[in-house]
Amino acid sequence: MSEKIATREAYGRALVELGAQNDKVVVLDADLAGATMTKYFKAACPDRFFDMGIAEADLVDTAAGLSTMGLIPFASTFAMFGAGRAYEQVRNSVAYPKFNVKLVMSHAGVSVGEDGGSHQCIEDLALMRAIPGMTVIVPADANETKAAVYAMAKYNGPVYMRTSRLASPVFEEAHPFEIGKATVLREGKDVAVFACGLMVSEALEAAKLLAADGIDAAVINVSTIKPIDAECVTKYALQCGKVVTVEEHSVIGGLGDAVSSVLMGKVACGFTKLGVQDEFGQSGKAADVLREYRLAADLIAEDIKKAL
Amino acid sequence: MTNQELAQVCKQVRRDIINMTANAGSGHPGGSLSAVELMTGVFFTQMRVDPKNPKWEDRDRFVLSKGHAAPCYYGVLAEKGFISRDEFQNFRQLHSILQGHPDAKKVPGVDASTGSLGQGVSIANGMAMGAKLLGKDTKVYVMCGDGECQEGQIWEAFMAAAHYKLDNLTVLIDWNGLQIDGSNDEVMSLGDFPAKLRAFGFDLHEVADGNDLEQVLAALNAPTVPGKPKCILAHTVKGKGVSFMENQAGWHGKAPNAEQREQALKELEG
Repeated sequence: MSEKIATREAYGRALVELGAQNDKVVVLDADLAGATMTKYFKAACPDRFFDMGIAEADLVDTAAGLSTMGLIPFASTFAMFGAGRAYEQVRNSVAYPKFNVKLVMSHAGVSVGEDGGSHQCIEDLALMRAIPGMTVIVPADANETKAAVYAMAKYNGPVYMRTSRLASPVFEEAHPFEIGKATVLREGKDVAVFACGLMVSEALEAAKLLAADGIDAAVINVSTIKPIDAECVTKYALQCGKVVTVEEHSVIGGLGDAVSSVLMGKVACGFTKLGVQDEFGQSGKAADVLREYRLAADLIAEDIKKAL
Repeated sequence: MTNQELAQVCKQVRRDIINMTANAGSGHPGGSLSAVELMTGVFFTQMRVDPKNPKWEDRDRFVLSKGHAAPCYYGVLAEKGFISRDEFQNFRQLHSILQGHPDAKKVPGVDASTGSLGQGVSIANGMAMGAKLLGKDTKVYVMCGDGECQEGQIWEAFMAAAHYKLDNLTVLIDWNGLQIDGSNDEVMSLGDFPAKLRAFGFDLHEVADGNDLEQVLAALNAPTVPGKPKCILAHTVKGKGVSFMENQAGWHGKAPNAEQREQALKELEG
């Protein structure tokens, strides 16, 4: 895991490839093409790129309209505005009619860094998960992002995918991506660590630290938050008896709650949710902010040990 | 279709609005009655649609941004043959395709789920942009309320319609001047509405009486200006056709009782 690429970068590159193969793909942005990385598509396919200006509600609904013409719109802006400000547009004009709109929102989580708490969306997964019929994806690395872009283009229906600003490790081994399937990245018997997004590589590092202390942690990449891979979650919770979830999101409504919903009333196990503990983020260098909220490998390892 | 036949359609749609809302015991008769001539004019003299094949790819599109006028929409769709009049008794009832506000998943001829105000123009823009991209001559119509134009998103969408030169788009504004809490001017004045619409780049057609079929048709038939979205700003009467509902904000979202239904139907016959 030496090379680092941000998932937003991988998204932007994948759109160009997808766009070259599928002329139904159109891309919309809200004056953030240079940040969400839809700028690559804009350069490659200018006639299929629409900048809607700083108007996120309009962005989402315009995408809804485009989808009714048989096109496959990918709409992007920051998660704060796409999932936050335009929540009701997503809910009523995209998901309610079950339109084929792909919402890919970047700069999610506290790793946004310097821009501060106002721009660090830590509720997007909760908001999107609550919408009936919405598929929610958080890719863990560049390869998975690309695979997810292809998978969501093939899938007919509304999808939300979150990407990150921060460059993150690319796994040496590319794993097949399928909507609704979790991937076991490390086998273990003492604790099942379910993670998503940037926290997957941190969880893998944490597992190495735990191994040195004789703790055998399984690490599972839950890249589809909804529909969640209940079979995999249940299997590893039973196998390990202890569950820890790690997400760069509020512990309310995100991965942790999705995993707990699977297990509640079915599997008796220890359960700990690591993430942002019901507070807002703040400015700082991404690495420092992640540490502040205990979302770095060594701190995650410490917290897992405490949980055991 | 002759204007006389169109007038008959309008009359039938008005009866449908009264019956539907009275049956349901709820719904929005006022803003449905004001929109009858506009919607009838669009569906019966402008739109290329095939009720037998509602998802026909090359059809023209209509978005009812002011989705609470669903009873008018359903009446027009039934007159066009998209849905059966038998459905009307189920309006707003459990398991009905006729939801309180239009549901694109359920009703043939409905292309967007609307009712949450302020969103329809953006959706219509997307349709118009898509049609242009695909090289189709599809025309897109979207109907807004006046109170709805207090939503900021409406102006985002107006800006975009001009920016993308959507001359295949017609925005119809049902300017009946009333909304739930009172008149537009009491609640949140739209100011110089025509000037604002012109300033946003519309080819504007103001209609003095939007409940007069001839005036509505003249505006609909007026040639479009290349590169400009068209807007028909029609002065209408909320509750039009039923004396005790006309110009009464209180009839925005209230159903007639049995007695009122009878009186309303009698007046519409007259």
